Amino acid sequence: MQYIIDQLADSIRAAAGHKVPLCIRSGGSKDFYGNRIVGQADVLDPTAYAGIVDYEPTELVVTARAGTHLADLEAELNKHGQMLAFEPPHFGAAATLGGSVAVGLSGPRRASAGAARDFVLGVRMLDGRGDDLRFGGQVMKNVAGYDVSRLMTGSMGTLGLLLEVSLKVLPLPAMEITLRMPMKESDAIHRMNLWAGKPLSISATCFYDDELTLRLSGAEPAVRAAHAKLGGEEIDDGADFWKSVREQTHPFFQSGKTLWRLSIKSTALPLPLPGKQLIEWGGALRWWASDAGMDAEALHIMAKAASGHATLFRGQEVDATVFHPLAPGMMRIHRRLKEKFDPMGILNPGRMYPQS
Amino acid sequence: MNPVINSSELVAKLRTFLPSEAVLHETEDLRPYECDGLSAYRQAPMIVALPQTEDEVAEIIRICHAAKTPVVARGAGTGLSGGALPHAEGVLLSLAKLKRILEMDPAARTARVQPGVRNLAISEAAAPYGLYYAPDPSSQIACSIGGNVAENSGGVHCLKYGLTVHNILKLRVVTIDAEILEIGGESLDSPGYDLLALMTGSEGMLGIVTEVTVKLTPRPEKAQVVMAAFDDIRKAGDAVANVIGAGIIPAGMEMMDKITTRAVEEYVHAGYNLDAAAILLCESDGAAEEVAEEIQRIDEIMNMSGATETRTSRDEAERLRFWAGRKAAFPAAGRISPDYYCMDGTIPRKSLASVLSGIEALSAEYGLRCMNVFHAGDGNLHPLILYDANRPGELKMTEEFGAKILQMCIQAGGTITGEHGVGIEKINEMCSQFKTGELEIFHAVKAAFDPDGLLNPGKAVPTLRRCAEHGAMHVHQGKEKFAELPRF
Ligand SMILES: Cc1cc2nc3c(=O)[nH]c(=O)nc-3n(C[C@H](O)[C@H](O)[C@H](O)COP(=O)(O)OP(=O)(O)OC[C@H]3O[C@@H](n4cnc5c(N)ncnc54)[C@H](O)[C@@H]3O)c2cc1C
Repeated sequence: MQYIIDQLADSIRAAAGHKVPLCIRSGGSKDFYGNRIVGQADVLDPTAYAGIVDYEPTELVVTARAGTHLADLEAELNKHGQMLAFEPPHFGAAATLGGSVAVGLSGPRRASAGAARDFVLGVRMLDGRGDDLRFGGQVMKNVAGYDVSRLMTGSMGTLGLLLEVSLKVLPLPAMEITLRMPMKESDAIHRMNLWAGKPLSISATCFYDDELTLRLSGAEPAVRAAHAKLGGEEIDDGADFWKSVREQTHPFFQSGKTLWRLSIKSTALPLPLPGKQLIEWGGALRWWASDAGMDAEALHIMAKAASGHATLFRGQEVDATVFHPLAPGMMRIHRRLKEKFDPMGILNPGRMYPQS
Repeated sequence: MNPVINSSELVAKLRTFLPSEAVLHETEDLRPYECDGLSAYRQAPMIVALPQTEDEVAEIIRICHAAKTPVVARGAGTGLSGGALPHAEGVLLSLAKLKRILEMDPAARTARVQPGVRNLAISEAAAPYGLYYAPDPSSQIACSIGGNVAENSGGVHCLKYGLTVHNILKLRVVTIDAEILEIGGESLDSPGYDLLALMTGSEGMLGIVTEVTVKLTPRPEKAQVVMAAFDDIRKAGDAVANVIGAGIIPAGMEMMDKITTRAVEEYVHAGYNLDAAAILLCESDGAAEEVAEEIQRIDEIMNMSGATETRTSRDEAERLRFWAGRKAAFPAAGRISPDYYCMDGTIPRKSLASVLSGIEALSAEYGLRCMNVFHAGDGNLHPLILYDANRPGELKMTEEFGAKILQMCIQAGGTITGEHGVGIEKINEMCSQFKTGELEIFHAVKAAFDPDGLLNPGKAVPTLRRCAEHGAMHVHQGKEKFAELPRF
């Protein structure tokens, strides 16, 4: 397998030497996400570097190569009664571990279990000079050196090419049920926050079309007790429903040309947007699908007023930058980090911000 | 670094906006700040500054930046790696007076606090709402949340509830340019790179934390603990793996070896089994029904794994008593030995038995006793080496012993520090854990925030030159002559 790394490193060095931008692309399942890369880029495909390197269920840690298909990794964990608790969205069968960590997105369990970055323990990567580096490790607690592995998570391939990732895994819950109850938006936001402040085993929430759907996970007695307290109708196709939310196959996500993702304070009041919204993460994630279009700046202002940020998740043909603009001081640090990790500026340039 | 300003000029500048009692420079006033929890290292700073507001912090930084004067942040000074060890030509910036809880938001389950607020004070303030701040380092009555952020501190409950990095949402940070950055946010993620993670555990090297927004967790309805005794440390290690293998994530899972058990029993009278080679404490928390079921399963697994005795806490008082010993391990070490040195390696749990027998062998070799307490759930080992600083040479031997333990942790695929940080203490071991390219990236991260290297210089990340010299020293100590010749 080392020869694959050598080839990838050679490609990076050559690109750095000629200042040719590289577009890091594995399965391509997240091509739609992020800004267009600046310049004529060559594609760098690391999917050949695949497979699980080390997995010991009782250590609660798995290490896999970045090209590993997410589905294969999850199937292996499932065999041992474990899971990636952040429920990464796949957005297609081609999704790889590397791509998923690079975008850093998390699914319905995020509000209760944590995000991708919370489960990343270590990475092996090539930086913009083609150097093979390791940060973090395969243990749960590690404060030796700065936390570069979490910095890499969600950095959209702009700081380096992920080769291997070590993740904390968790046991599958003994039981999961999905409840549904009719409710108005403002009530739902209030209740989701109220319930999140109590030990009720809620592992996912979704409000849409005047219905609140909840998932309870845990030991059977805890789930039963929580159901008794919360009320609501148990639905049969719960697993499919959560998958449709995670994978955005739920009809809501197709109901407009653009899809905005507003990640805000969970208690923020209903957002005054026309058309439909779908709310997840106990109120902290609001999706807005629209045909109407609304200028990005207005959404940035609205998200900021709700202590959060807005992302143009799908529909990038719209002429707007995808990610919420950063404060000048933060942008300066971003630029400096980019310059240090990728001195020639060849790794996915512009995918995140114009100069990073 | 050439200071462009002398001490009295700097004192005068600081006193233009700070009351005189907030700028210390007399030798006797500086003494309390000479060291943190790692008292073997001592150094008086040039000046101690005690600001009360973020504006004052920013102004101090602005002046120090202009004067090219090093700044070392200090919270409560309980750090165990010398992270807050002062710089002889620098300002020690104490955040202890920024200790206000600024806002509790029970609906959103967050608290916004100043950096000098004590860890436990947050949970106390949240208690009326049925909430608490989950990371609970043993030092929680004293340590500050700013220090917790700087060290990414953990506690006995972090396998289930996470470390500091998992429980903070937002920071306000004063950069070395005296600019204020808001890092993270009240939402569950933020645009751009994860600078919140980068700041967490950065040991005061990247910026001064002036405000922390933490996540609060609902207090579980019930908690109960199983105490299990084993006649063999290997069996205790297997029991830990078996609990996790059964799909249980205990709220806490801690191990103590025999010498520790004996030392703490004398101190807290928890009723530990004194003949056991290892004691395991395994806690379950959650809804009452859930705890009842889980505790029963844990008890079965302990017995199946060869426990010689198991006991389940019958009430809250007994639960706290079972834990008291574990939490008192450090003071107990202080009672049975004039000095002790606490190590902090993390290992994959499966190598526990081999690392512990390695430690036993080293203990015999050096003639120094060693107590082992272990955050068993997450592989974080705290060997406490007992020594007497008044005996010539014993500290040096202790440090050598400790360094060898850390080497074993690295060899086992672990790390030299799980939660106490590198500070000044483990700076040489960083050279063993990381390659040149990796250290270069660390220096690059530092330079992105602090190009002149004024924040906590000399800590956390060794210079490449230091590593080259350290490498040479190792060979020398190993009496490896003719190092240039090939070995077979
Ligand atoms: C008896 C005892 C038990 C302990 N148990 C545990 C434990 O269970 N788990 C654990 O993780 N640790 C433990 N520790 C270690 C220590 O308590 C933690 O590292 C703690 O987080 C340090 O907090 P502090 O406020 O004392 O920080 P300090 O010691 O004052 O400083 C620590 C580091 O943080 C930096 N710093 C402090 N404040 C700021 C700020 N506002 N901005 C930027 N940098 C800052 C300093 O420069 C220094 O590098 C223990 C220590 C003792 C003495």
